[in-house]
Amino acid sequence: MSHHIISRVNILEEPRIGVFICHCGKNIAGIVDVRKVAEEVAKIPSVVYVEDYVYMCSDPGQKRIIKAIKREKLNAVVVAACTPSLHYETFARAVETGGLSRYRFEMACIREHVSWVHFDKRKATEKAIRVISAAVAKVSMNKVYEPITAKITRKVLVIGGGIAGITAALDLANAGIPVILVEKSPSIGGKMAMLSETFPTLDCAQCILTPRMAEVARHPNIKLYTLSEVIDVVGYMGNYRVKILKHPRKVNPDLCRLCSFCERVCPVKVPNEFDRGLSTRKAIYLPFPQAIPSAYVVDSENCTKCGLCLKVCPTNAIDLEEREEIIEEEVGAIIVATGYDLYPGEKLKEYGYGVYEDVIDSLQFERLLSATGPTKGKVLRPSDGKPVKRILFIQCAGSRDENHLPYCSKICCMYTAKHALLFKEQVPDGEVTIFYIDIRAAGKDYEEFVKRVQEEFQVNYIRGRVSRIYRDVNGDLVAIGVDTLSGRRVVVRADLVVLALGIIPKLGPDLATKLKVPLDRYGFAQEVHPKLRPVEVSAGGIFIAGAVQGPKDISETVTQASAAAAKAMELLSKEYIVKEPLIAEVDRDRCNGCRMCVTVCPYGAIDMVDGKARVNELLCEGCGACTASCPVGAIQLRNYTEEQLYLMVKAVLGGAA
Amino acid sequence: MMWEPLIIAFFCKWCAGSAADLAGVSRMQYPPNIIPIIVPCTGRISARAIVEAFLNGADGVLIGGCHTPNDCHYMAGNFKAFKRVYLLKKLLKQFGIEPERLRIEWISATESQKLVEVTREFVSQIRELGPLHGGENGEA
Repeated sequence: MSHHIISRVNILEEPRIGVFICHCGKNIAGIVDVRKVAEEVAKIPSVVYVEDYVYMCSDPGQKRIIKAIKREKLNAVVVAACTPSLHYETFARAVETGGLSRYRFEMACIREHVSWVHFDKRKATEKAIRVISAAVAKVSMNKVYEPITAKITRKVLVIGGGIAGITAALDLANAGIPVILVEKSPSIGGKMAMLSETFPTLDCAQCILTPRMAEVARHPNIKLYTLSEVIDVVGYMGNYRVKILKHPRKVNPDLCRLCSFCERVCPVKVPNEFDRGLSTRKAIYLPFPQAIPSAYVVDSENCTKCGLCLKVCPTNAIDLEEREEIIEEEVGAIIVATGYDLYPGEKLKEYGYGVYEDVIDSLQFERLLSATGPTKGKVLRPSDGKPVKRILFIQCAGSRDENHLPYCSKICCMYTAKHALLFKEQVPDGEVTIFYIDIRAAGKDYEEFVKRVQEEFQVNYIRGRVSRIYRDVNGDLVAIGVDTLSGRRVVVRADLVVLALGIIPKLGPDLATKLKVPLDRYGFAQEVHPKLRPVEVSAGGIFIAGAVQGPKDISETVTQASAAAAKAMELLSKEYIVKEPLIAEVDRDRCNGCRMCVTVCPYGAIDMVDGKARVNELLCEGCGACTASCPVGAIQLRNYTEEQLYLMVKAVLGGAA
Repeated sequence: MMWEPLIIAFFCKWCAGSAADLAGVSRMQYPPNIIPIIVPCTGRISARAIVEAFLNGADGVLIGGCHTPNDCHYMAGNFKAFKRVYLLKKLLKQFGIEPERLRIEWISATESQKLVEVTREFVSQIRELGPLHGGENGEA
């Protein structure tokens, strides 16, 4: 029977298997009777040579294997020793030195899985024989394969033009790698461009960001697509083909001179998203003064096409009939840096966000503080424009709340302390109250910063939560809360309430699926390993940077962006990718085209060609889900075929080996 | 010779297989009746392979895979295994094999303690059920 199966997989010669049993000092031999094992294993017809030795992994041990392969004309090897995760590579190399392919070698784990977990010598010996028999059965049918190679496209797509995307793009471009930077909005800069100052150094956000933005604009290695979205991604590590949908700007950036004539005549007024609705803008507008590309843009949704702007534009830069276009690009790696959004404040009904104009979110407060903001940096009430004297900050608005976001949004403690400081600098006699749950100030100079705000600036920190905010007859906002340290109910009156809204990921499930980026339970991108592989996802050649992976501040984001860029460079520094060849393979004569494998493949690696399944060898990761589900046995995982699995089962159970 | 249960354990190499390694390193003890076959993913275990095990003398089959929903190295192989086991249990019953002889457990690479508990429990459970093949398969 075994002969019949072996001949079907075209192994021309009879298996001549050598089994090498390691004593591992007394680790194995102290429990397992290795002599008895050797005797029993030698009875398996395909086994022509058995040897046991005190330390197989030692240099003399390896030499024994190498010599035996040549002397005994072995064509397959089983080493029965420790777990393959420890010494697979050691023995695979020894087998290769002996002149055999590593794919004609298997390990049987008789230490971790046998001698270390059982006291009963007889039973442990018996189990070791079964485990080795299975390895012998498998290796007898293992075939030799060559590693799979593919050329790598030396270009990177960066999705998202915030500080993460900008950093990654510049790092790559400066290393000489061409970059495609795709940004959804009309300008790069992201959330950081909206900020006033940054904690804990109080660097002005614009001052440190805009030079980087300008560098992106003039860098010869960066191709920037704004108003653009990635709509399709196909391919695999080293070779991705992406489709980018570019919405029309309707203003030619090369011709626009920022004269603002168009803006002045435009009759359409809509809320300005950059100021988060605290000001208005026209339907033709400059997103913000330092926007990159430095050009006006037409808001196609609100433009009435009245044509007034066309008449006043001195350079004829405007084309209201410009259409969207689809651009195709080929890249070797993709960095996903899509950033975050604030948790919708409207969901926190008790705080009156969206009901009272003077209950605002933290990004709106950043705009109030910004010199280029709607109030030129003065903290004025949105409702009546009056100066603010009493201000209330509520931290963890939505975060660390089972009804909203169970996780900590990480940056709110710090930016709220910064908000308090900047407000007090502007209004020294102002009253600042902050409700907090805990102060989390883990970071270089963060704790010192918060201490300074608490002590020097006399900010009233109350540990507790606000249960309700309402406006009283005098127009004051009244917050009812509890101080959990004293256990007392507190009432705070304020002119302005700022909610430190939690952070939610911006990457939607649609794009995540196209990019094969797995999402965690909150919708943040799931890295391969939180500690050791923090910027990689399970799909090869795709990297993540910034808040797409979880809430983080600017310094962490920049660190991660540089890490992602470095990882992309590591991949692109090679000319070819080399991949393990143990993937699925189709027997076209057997395939009946039922498409079952297409359905179960998690990587989309199988397509139908002329009614038969075909495996894309670069996409296949070798999980074997297709092999287990094929009703006719046409698709087989290389060196883990159905026949091999049955033979292993039988060998374990003491049947045919 | 007293009958001893013989159990095939299909362990995913990423989780339960590594847990078995860890159990070894930690010198934990569990019944030697469990013979592991390491697979690349529980999604790789075909229904036929499980049936072959029962046909060829196994008294029980244990499958150790990665925790649902997100632990699977290949995204959803664990769900595929779970569905297959669910259906196969119904089928086994029709052929007079107690569905309890087939068991699937999620055991992460760090859960060696769980692996030990599950194997102990399963072996004693199979011991109670008695031999599937009249007890002639006790020896190698």
